[in-house]
Amino acid sequence: MTAPTPTPTMTRATEPKATTPTPPTKPPKSSPKSSPKPSAVGRPHAAWALPGVLFFAFFAVVPMGLAFYLSFTSWDGLGDPRPVGLDNWQRLVNDDRMVQSLWLTVLLTAASWVFQTVIALLLGVWAAGRQRNRAVLSAIFFVPFLLSSTAIALLFYALLDPNFGIIRENILGSSNGAFLAIVFVGGWQFIPFHTLIYQGGARQIPDVLYQAAAIDGAGRSRQFFSITLPQLRHTVTTSTVLMVVGSLTYFETVLILTKGGPGTDTAILPYLMYEEGFKSYDFGYASAIASFLVLAATGLSLLLVRLTGFGGMRSTREGM
Amino acid sequence: MGSMIWLAIVIVPLYAMLSASLTGQDKALTGNPLNPPTSPTLDNYNTVLNNGFGHLLSNTAIVAVAVVAIVLGLSVPLAYVAVRTRDRWSGLAFRLFLLGVAIPAQAVVVPLYLLIAELNLYDSLLAVILPTAAFAMPVSVLVLVGTLRDVSEDLYEAMALDGASPQRMLFQLAVPLAKGGISTVVIYAALQAWNGFLFPLIFTQSDGPRVLTLGLFNYVSQFGVNIPALLASVVLSGIPIFTVYLVARRALIGGLMGVGGK
Repeated sequence: MTAPTPTPTMTRATEPKATTPTPPTKPPKSSPKSSPKPSAVGRPHAAWALPGVLFFAFFAVVPMGLAFYLSFTSWDGLGDPRPVGLDNWQRLVNDDRMVQSLWLTVLLTAASWVFQTVIALLLGVWAAGRQRNRAVLSAIFFVPFLLSSTAIALLFYALLDPNFGIIRENILGSSNGAFLAIVFVGGWQFIPFHTLIYQGGARQIPDVLYQAAAIDGAGRSRQFFSITLPQLRHTVTTSTVLMVVGSLTYFETVLILTKGGPGTDTAILPYLMYEEGFKSYDFGYASAIASFLVLAATGLSLLLVRLTGFGGMRSTREGM
Repeated sequence: MGSMIWLAIVIVPLYAMLSASLTGQDKALTGNPLNPPTSPTLDNYNTVLNNGFGHLLSNTAIVAVAVVAIVLGLSVPLAYVAVRTRDRWSGLAFRLFLLGVAIPAQAVVVPLYLLIAELNLYDSLLAVILPTAAFAMPVSVLVLVGTLRDVSEDLYEAMALDGASPQRMLFQLAVPLAKGGISTVVIYAALQAWNGFLFPLIFTQSDGPRVLTLGLFNYVSQFGVNIPALLASVVLSGIPIFTVYLVARRALIGGLMGVGGK
């Protein structure tokens, strides 16, 4: 596939260019008419942005604040929320399920990362090559990503049914089986997408490097570890950030495949929050879990970007 | 070699799904879904289609179209201002959406439920459309800002000399040149609407505003042990987007790449 128009990545946009005048990238034309400085004529009024800002604030930012507020109250959805100070937060810290759930969420994210990154990296590098049937296989590999998470969870719910499915054992009935099933199903769905990202990255690696390595007598695996992997550094970063953020969306998979079970052994944080809020109607506690989720997700994203550097994310653009 | 192993991992579940969905209910529990169905039947598909599948599909289509319209209508002017206007407010607006990328939908679903109830929107399609559109905006704005930035300043200058208004510049210059970014946003927003599950789950309950993902989820309890029918519903749910994939694979993948993920 050909690369579409130059595409932004999340962080390319973080250069606060929007506020500072951009110096013209090209030297000013020598025609007498063009002024060296961008003119102020014909610029839209900032109020044009208002409808979008208000809409987004109302449905995303305000609820975010509300979630923090509700985390300091006790509320069952009827009547008015009752302020209870730090009760929910104290409960959160001392809740065994919460500790288990946090650990489980981290473990699930880590296991998914290993599974998806290894396979997507290998497939992506392979797909960037020139084998026969490559295009056809790539097209087939992408198909799972077309189904919604709900549909995929249902498909595996059916296939893993011990009375009906491929495997006549109750995999979802054991803790490890259920955990691995979620990792596998998530991978089945998202590996196609990450393969695409790695394929784009691998296409960008100059052929010259490989030719030089071949002249030096480096074998294929040596070339992979000495050229391909280092060159794909930034692509790995992009893919990783997306995976970590995406692991929050395993909610559907858990809800349909395991209902958090057996017991609470696959109740990841978003699922725990859903149960507290919409099964037990404990909206205060659910809000505390949600707030914690936001703090953790934001912290993790910042940490990832800090560890790998903005520059890394920005130059990933070339890998797209 | 490794690619062949992965091919099997991709194909086997899909094949089992198709094969089982064509198997009669009576044979479902005796055979293995990996064997081709001995007497293929479309009964399961009839079962699903007679259980309101068309209604689910049209609801989902309405949501997708509405979400795309709202997202484009709000994000294009926003991105245009973020790129073209040089004052504090435009910068602030842009930063809001940068931060917005990090807000997970799961985190605000409780207060949103409260808001939706207060607005008397609970159990309506709007209850799904509005939050879905809002949460598709941050990425859309970032994509559009990236594309609009590539429109050369000289072109705006030239139009300004002709005395063009900002509106005219937007519609005659910025939008036509940002087609790539706009199609990315359309694909992204439509997919978000098409696959969204959490908002419909929490904000709707009755048959009226039920969308496809939630309908599939409900089939689990409705069909019970009728797994072939369940799988037929999964196949049916995949057909529309699979058709798009066959017809416009490049555009779809290009659009997805444009989002850089999600």
